[in-house]
Amino acid sequence: MSGKHSRRLVREELRRIIELCRAVENKGLNPFRVNVNDLIAVIRLYFPRLEDPEDLSLDAEALNQIASIIKMQSEWVKRRATSLYRDPFLIEEKLRRLSTQDLTEIFLKTWHPIVELEQVTIGSLRMAMDYWESLTPLSERWKEEEFLKVMTERTTREELVKQGFLRDEAFLSEIEKIWMELKKDAGSEGKIDYWDFIGADSYEETIERAYLTSFLVTYGYASLEIQPLEEKIFIKPNEKPFPKTSSQPVSFPISVDYERWREWRKRQRE
Amino acid sequence: MAKASKRIGRKRRYATMLKKAAQLIFYRRHIEPGVKGWELRKRLGSDYPKVIALLDEYLRSIGLTVKTVFEDESSPENPTIDQLDKARFYITLREELGLEDMKFMGWRIDDLAGLAVSLAYIISKGGKAPRKDVESLLKMKIPEWRVEMNLSRYLRMGYLMEDENEQLYLGWRVGAEVDQKKLIDLLLEYEI
Repeated sequence: MSGKHSRRLVREELRRIIELCRAVENKGLNPFRVNVNDLIAVIRLYFPRLEDPEDLSLDAEALNQIASIIKMQSEWVKRRATSLYRDPFLIEEKLRRLSTQDLTEIFLKTWHPIVELEQVTIGSLRMAMDYWESLTPLSERWKEEEFLKVMTERTTREELVKQGFLRDEAFLSEIEKIWMELKKDAGSEGKIDYWDFIGADSYEETIERAYLTSFLVTYGYASLEIQPLEEKIFIKPNEKPFPKTSSQPVSFPISVDYERWREWRKRQRE
Repeated sequence: MAKASKRIGRKRRYATMLKKAAQLIFYRRHIEPGVKGWELRKRLGSDYPKVIALLDEYLRSIGLTVKTVFEDESSPENPTIDQLDKARFYITLREELGLEDMKFMGWRIDDLAGLAVSLAYIISKGGKAPRKDVESLLKMKIPEWRVEMNLSRYLRMGYLMEDENEQLYLGWRVGAEVDQKKLIDLLLEYEI
């Protein structure tokens, strides 16, 4: 037998093993019908003749499929040992012979459907109305960008700030302003609850303050004190802005969602 | 006097928690109905198992019960707090249903029998069966066009799951609603 011919036979044999294992798995047949020892003997016999990477990969796949069969055999034994196990052929026979009405009556004795509600409540309506009132119209949120054809010309400092190429002095002065405010609010304790500091009468203003506060921490004007067990976050002003260190910066996300703001405002009013 | 007011305060607290627990479990907030134990702990505090027991007792009078489905589908006699935190709580009917109740629940007799056949067959095969086998079993008594429609409904409602190899499995809803052992026992006991 030529080498080429023999290699083709080996490949066919390995493919046959793979297909056999797959069929047993997909059809849910008894995995003990597969003689694992015989299959392993075949693989062992052919393995020394394999050189081609494609053949080696077929060999690995065949071994993997045999491993799946062994796993199925283990599960089969476990299942037979459980109290739920009954002969599947007996059950199938009953299912074929029972009338629709009998089957339904049996099922109704074992069926306890879930009871659930899908309904709008007064509370959720009120919340939705509040949200709707504070929602900016689409015409403002999705303002269409107008493209203008312009000639090249010298740019200005203001234009660069607007485009984000230069840092805005006004923004820095905003940061310094809120830093002063933080120092004042922190008082003798030297710290203030994060929400008490950023919270404002409107949600938009709260978001703006949270945004500026995040820069306070990033630029070293203040630091956060997190108490995970009490689920509290405090913000502490620094006497002088700390310069950035070379260590890896740590990011700490704080969710400033609408619901949380409503709860905070309600507590403030009480 | 102080003891009595303390007792009234505790009673009021539990009454409030009972309402909150009922709302949490009854209203669907996720894809699946019901609520996880850790969510109840977050909203009701660490003694939520006691609140759930009280709610179960309260629901008894109107034929409902709180069903606890543990993560590994086991049913421990004395579950630990960790097992309860990971479990899912549903409200289900406590009593058995009769044929006359079925229509009010939006199920036709054929559809429910088809569901019983599909579930029993998959349970008998160890929790997994090829879709083709289930289909051929259903086609014996249900018109072909209806079989496809029914299987889609069972899959959509969470009674069944299907993988990419067209194998059907029991879905999340079976653990909450169906007494699998009783179903198999009743089927085998039934005299034809």
